[in-house]
Amino acid sequence: MRKIRDFHGGVHPPENKAQSLHGPIRPAGIPPQLIIPLSQSYGSGAVALVEPGQHVAKGEQIARAEGLSGVPEHAPSSGRVAAIEERSIAHPSGLPATCIVLDTDGRDEWIAHHGAEDFRQLEPAALLDLIRNAGISGMGGAGFPAAVKLSVNPANRIETLIINGTECEPYITADQALMRECSVEIIGGAEILAHLLGAKETLIGVEDNKPKGIAALRRAAQGSAIEIVSFPAKYPSGGEKQLIEMLTGKQVPSNGLPADIQVVCQNTSTTLAVYRAVHQGEPLLSRVTTVTGEAVTRPGNYEILNGTPIDWLLQQVGFRQEHCSRLIMGGPMMGFTVTNVAAPITKTSTCLLASTETELPSPPPAQPCIRCGFCSEACPVKLLPQQLYWFARGKEYEKLEDHHLFDCIECGACSYVCPSNIPLVQYYRAGKAQILELRDEHERAERSRVRFEARQERIEKIALARQEKRAQRKAAAEQRAREAGGDGSEQDLIQAAIARSRARRKEQTR
Amino acid sequence: MALQNITSPHAHGPLTTAKVMRRLLLATLPGVVALTWFFGPGTLVNIAWSCLLALGCEALVMTLRRRPVGFYLKDCSALVTATLLAIAMPPYSPWWLILVGVASSIVVAKHLYGGLGYNPFNPAMVGYVVLLISFPVEMTRWAAPLGGGATVTPGLLQALQACFNPATFDALTMATPLDLFKQHGDLTVTELWLQYPHFGRWSGVGWEWANLGFLAGGLWLLYLRIFTWHAPLAMLAALALMSALFYQGGNPGGAGSPWFHLLGGATMFGAFFIVTDPVTSAVSTTGRLIYGALIGVLIFVIRVWGNYPDAVAFAVLIMNFAAPFIDNYTQPTVYGHKRDGGSKP
Amino acid sequence: MYELFSQYPFTAAMLALVGLGLVFGAVLGYAAVKFKTEGNPIADQVNDILPQTQCGQCGYPGCRPYAEAIANGEAINRCPPGGETTIAQLADLLGVEAIPLDDEHGEEQPAPLVAYIREDECIGCTKCIQACPVDAILGAAKRMHTVIASECTGCDLCVEPCPVDCIDMLPEPSSVRNWRWEMPAPAEIIATDRAA
Repeated sequence: MRKIRDFHGGVHPPENKAQSLHGPIRPAGIPPQLIIPLSQSYGSGAVALVEPGQHVAKGEQIARAEGLSGVPEHAPSSGRVAAIEERSIAHPSGLPATCIVLDTDGRDEWIAHHGAEDFRQLEPAALLDLIRNAGISGMGGAGFPAAVKLSVNPANRIETLIINGTECEPYITADQALMRECSVEIIGGAEILAHLLGAKETLIGVEDNKPKGIAALRRAAQGSAIEIVSFPAKYPSGGEKQLIEMLTGKQVPSNGLPADIQVVCQNTSTTLAVYRAVHQGEPLLSRVTTVTGEAVTRPGNYEILNGTPIDWLLQQVGFRQEHCSRLIMGGPMMGFTVTNVAAPITKTSTCLLASTETELPSPPPAQPCIRCGFCSEACPVKLLPQQLYWFARGKEYEKLEDHHLFDCIECGACSYVCPSNIPLVQYYRAGKAQILELRDEHERAERSRVRFEARQERIEKIALARQEKRAQRKAAAEQRAREAGGDGSEQDLIQAAIARSRARRKEQTR
Repeated sequence: MALQNITSPHAHGPLTTAKVMRRLLLATLPGVVALTWFFGPGTLVNIAWSCLLALGCEALVMTLRRRPVGFYLKDCSALVTATLLAIAMPPYSPWWLILVGVASSIVVAKHLYGGLGYNPFNPAMVGYVVLLISFPVEMTRWAAPLGGGATVTPGLLQALQACFNPATFDALTMATPLDLFKQHGDLTVTELWLQYPHFGRWSGVGWEWANLGFLAGGLWLLYLRIFTWHAPLAMLAALALMSALFYQGGNPGGAGSPWFHLLGGATMFGAFFIVTDPVTSAVSTTGRLIYGALIGVLIFVIRVWGNYPDAVAFAVLIMNFAAPFIDNYTQPTVYGHKRDGGSKP
Repeated sequence: MYELFSQYPFTAAMLALVGLGLVFGAVLGYAAVKFKTEGNPIADQVNDILPQTQCGQCGYPGCRPYAEAIANGEAINRCPPGGETTIAQLADLLGVEAIPLDDEHGEEQPAPLVAYIREDECIGCTKCIQACPVDAILGAAKRMHTVIASECTGCDLCVEPCPVDCIDMLPEPSSVRNWRWEMPAPAEIIATDRAA
């Protein structure tokens, strides 16, 4: 048995997972219109490759990745591109972004595609290209492109590959459902990743509240070197850093990557997507998302096409709009609220939680902090949340950085336990944003300073050159005047100049 | 229904400030029962009157500060301060004494510094110290305990009379064991215990049980995880260690046994209800260990070599000064950082 | 020696003082050489704080000259683009009191502005190019000009010289990319405060 270490802090919120685990994974269907945002929350986004009016087949690439951290997009179903325009997307800001709008034709016709014969024959670089071109971004929530995470510096020889099947957030059961139904493919995906990374050991970490998922994975992993590790449920054990600490006892250095300690972590859904991309040649077109909450009459796990509008999806699952007070994209601990139901489900949408007021009551007004310290006991990163709160309120940015604000993973454990209902996490997010903005401003100011000084220098140089030229001309004129027999006095200079200009005019008129 | 726009987390744990405060109040019960059993209903009258005054003071200040009175009264923090102060005061204190104490606690120590959460000093202890310095006679006149000088305790009516018509009340009072111990440095511990029967078994009839009562309440709070064990345990351990070091086998000039100090005076009350006050204590676990231990040392130092028989209030206030300083040097090692022992000041 | 000193206490005192003076003089002289700082560090530090808009609203031809002026005692409240924040930082650095912004030099803008040239109206006169203190405008004579938005400091200096008035100062549009989280409303005061 592997030794499981505990991480500091953590909380045990009510799980609420049973509601969405009644039936199998069901397909949500093809909506009449799909909205595919070009900029995902991480990475540099994508550039559209199609024109409005163009017909696209299912799986056809419709946008290419921009920069190294971008992710290409593919048509999730066949149809006609209706427009490329600003549409509201699921983002905490509620702001619109450029999207490809696709009118589906319902035929769902695939583009020709085929999988690799034997992935073991493929070079890591070729495998990586396959994954990159399949448009796979991290499906655990943050949406970091999988290919970027997998392209590690060869200097860091990867020892351990960890497949994150923790799913520690309440309500969410998408990964759990996948483990039950697609365990063989998940194990297959893990084998591909292990081969790609050259990892010495492969672990799948699962919280022990998913016994059926663990059993299915163990059955599928029989005969392979993959080890399924289960551990007691505690939020946020699914945080990448926390999971790594639990399974390996090592801590990812601050500001560093797991690869720095020879570990790479991938989400279960992502692993499955890798399997399908490599074995079947299918790009990432859909994902399994948990749709749950008391305002939904048929909660469960649905296979949802990338770009499916939320309002259409909610109609399919029996949405009781009059009861819904909050629509949360993601889980109740880290998800963000969506106010525009026209926004689409994307590759990173793990869960859509339509909650009622009784289920998740509106937060009461915040009371003063009494420094009870519950937050520092709950913090999985061992920060001092209440100190950070005071500093954030006082805009003491240096102190914030001194107290390691940027190590905060925004898991929400501190706000969860706060007896005074202080929205601590929002303070940290805003504090981080302000510090980043200040850094940005400072960088910009520095650039402006350099440009200004360069310009100043150039102007001075030009002025100096002009002055020198003038001096030279003057000297030359004096010379000429002396040669002409004058004494170099001012009078002579003027005479000489007049003579010169006359000569020039004559030349011009000629 | 319009969809709300709220930042995560959307779920919230069961604890609220008011709940924490109510549990704290409930936890004083065993100690208060013991005090009432041995000293009569004086403490109960103290508590009732001071709670009434505290609510009045809080409402008054909140009105002056233009804050919603109901919202702030509901957090029960004024009740906690008032109860703690009332327990610390001698039973059968006159009404005006309590009034002065509560007013200094709530108005001066709490609200003049910005209200709940902003006060650098423990309000109850500020009130207590103001009284102790201003009215030393009234503040050191403890009733004689049942079975340790008194055969009956005053009744409820008498207690009310003591509070609201103090001139007509004449109860049997006597020096507390800590007082006696201080005044008789020339006797050995054995002689002392023989001479004064109300030293009880370890540290005074009644006092032992009151301390055990507060210990029980404290342990219950610890079980509920209202606070961590660090500060109280560090304080008790430091006090025990100091008294063990200076016990000198009970010879004259010695400082009393560890049991005497642990179960005497306001030790347990201080350890679990004053030292653990989160607002004015250090924050990190290491910080709380240091904070508690230093309070323990200070209590012993003041009790034995200082001018006052008991010292919890002074020790706590002195360490309140140091709490932010301790915090600055005892930051925990954050995930992913090498152990580096605190930040730059 | 000792006897000599005790006989002439005045001389001894003088000698001691002169000796001390020499020693400390040497130490100070050494320190002046050893720890010599180049340039004017105060002006540099001030310049670091200034927003580098180079707008000249302070009355100086750029941030650097104003920084030097501040180091020589000029008022710290003449920089509208920096606003309250800059004044507070300057006050902190120089150990003086923060004073409100001097209205004479302009008002603080709530959001940074960026210059945009309405390109079909531009006649290609290059006047704005010459005016731009940070070389953020591209173009050639009789050709259309354009602003490099990422380098524009929003200083406003190009607007005045434009003969056809085709330059607009606009706030940067907010998008998903530059959106930032905001501090929560101070709920413990506002949400529960009585209407004052």
